[in-house]
Amino acid sequence: MADLSVNICGIPFKNPIIPASGVFGYGREYEQYYELSRLGGIATKGTTGTKRTGNLPPRVAETPMGMLNSVGLQNPGIDAFIANELPHLLACDTVILANIAGSTAEECAEVAAKLDKTDVHMIELNISCPNVRQGGAAFGTSCTAASQVVAAVRKATSKPLVVKLSPNVTSITEIAKAVAAEGADAVSLINTLLGMRIDLRTRRPILHNNMGGFSGPAIFPVAVRMVWQVANAVDVPVIGMGGVMSGEDAAELMMAGASAVQVGTAIVQDPYAPLRIIDELNDWLDSNHIASAAELTGSVKPW
Amino acid sequence: MKQDKYTEKLTYSVRSMEQLTAAAWSMVIECPDVAAKAQPGQFVNLLPDGNFTLRRPISICGIDREQGTLRIVFEVRGKGTAALSQLRAGDTVNMLAPLGHGFTLPAKETRAILIGGGIGTPPMLPLAQYFGANAVVISGFRNQDAVILQADFAAAGAKTILCTDDGSAGRFGLVTLPLEEEIAAQKPGLICACGPLPMLRATAAIAKAEEIPCQVSLEERMGCGIGACLVCACRTVDPDGTEQYRHVCKNGPVFNAEEVQW
Repeated sequence: MADLSVNICGIPFKNPIIPASGVFGYGREYEQYYELSRLGGIATKGTTGTKRTGNLPPRVAETPMGMLNSVGLQNPGIDAFIANELPHLLACDTVILANIAGSTAEECAEVAAKLDKTDVHMIELNISCPNVRQGGAAFGTSCTAASQVVAAVRKATSKPLVVKLSPNVTSITEIAKAVAAEGADAVSLINTLLGMRIDLRTRRPILHNNMGGFSGPAIFPVAVRMVWQVANAVDVPVIGMGGVMSGEDAAELMMAGASAVQVGTAIVQDPYAPLRIIDELNDWLDSNHIASAAELTGSVKPW
Repeated sequence: MKQDKYTEKLTYSVRSMEQLTAAAWSMVIECPDVAAKAQPGQFVNLLPDGNFTLRRPISICGIDREQGTLRIVFEVRGKGTAALSQLRAGDTVNMLAPLGHGFTLPAKETRAILIGGGIGTPPMLPLAQYFGANAVVISGFRNQDAVILQADFAAAGAKTILCTDDGSAGRFGLVTLPLEEEIAAQKPGLICACGPLPMLRATAAIAKAEEIPCQVSLEERMGCGIGACLVCACRTVDPDGTEQYRHVCKNGPVFNAEEVQW
């Protein structure tokens, strides 16, 4: 049994596998399948200042080795999250990363300030949602806007702040450097790639929002590349994600530079995916005589 | 298929497979734990073998607790359902089930009109078996070649009324005409429906006008199937008039017709 524990920004994780924001709701649906304490952490559904109803359906389309989604940050708002969901999550004996988003820097800061008064372990600021018109990716695709929103949120909280980055940019390393300079304690990447599918019969895009976020194993090589680039560009820890389906994928993303790994689409397919990936990572470490998962981080030997 | 202890929990054996029409298949799955819990109107979420990311939600057509089996009837619509149609007796299938909120059933003595359109017909069979001779099943299909399950409905003791869009079998035309006739003959205590949206909308409108409780089974492109990922959104309206999205996989697939924002 390898030592799977990792530490990010001083927060101990019992293992590096974390359900990614959006696929796991606030955890309740998965408790019927297993105890959430088995997970390294949980990144909760993106939560905004006020309730959002989300986008018109259809909100999902299958693609070769992946999927598109355009949920549009449907959530009950931060007050309902803190009152109705957070106490339960904090009793689950796992690290809670509260994922937050907003249309303006002020909204993001206001949400962070409310969470600052709670016992949540970390805040993950989403500056990369491709499915909302304002905020979301608009923050994450310009260094200036990214800096401004991170600076505002940084002022609002002393919690460890993870900033979730968009891959839909010319240079993700520039964005990563900008948010680290404004006080981000860690970065997580990659959010979904912007994609689109069309129904040939109706000539309508399958998603009602026309475009949506592309995820799943098809994007895994992009995630490995961007995690590697960002890990080499900033001094803060990197939480990697993007199409991880197996323990070996998780090991690969850690070698590229990730300190922990989020799992999204694999859970949409199979609720047990995070547990299977934890077991597979452990088995891979054991069979390769590696004592600790943390040793993997950044251990790639580039040419 | 991966074989680890987690995948094993979701792995079931196909007992039999039968082709009903050019596109429709009937599969019986050995799953005593699922059959013991399953309710009419719930669904199963099947992951086809191969490079598929999403599961395929399919409504339950039969629940046999003694045999420990479920029956599903599905239509080949794309590559995923085509892969599922290749399964044969003895093969295994990766299934998450039973899922969703099914029909809320009044006493068996209630006169119930069950409306099925095309591949929306299968979830009506457990209801026909429940209501027996008190059920009237009105099913509509494109044409004679697409007709399924009529013998099953008759075996359940239900009165069956068959309609086709081109008149090649049963009555010519839409299911709503015999629905209105049956209501006029004797007002039912419940209408249940599953099928294309225009059919559901028309059925709900008739039920509302006649003040008959109506439950509809809806369809939407689905993700996790358990209510977490929020992709299978359906516009609903609360009694106080507030509109909101509910989710077909968890709040449904069966909704009270008056909850749905048609």
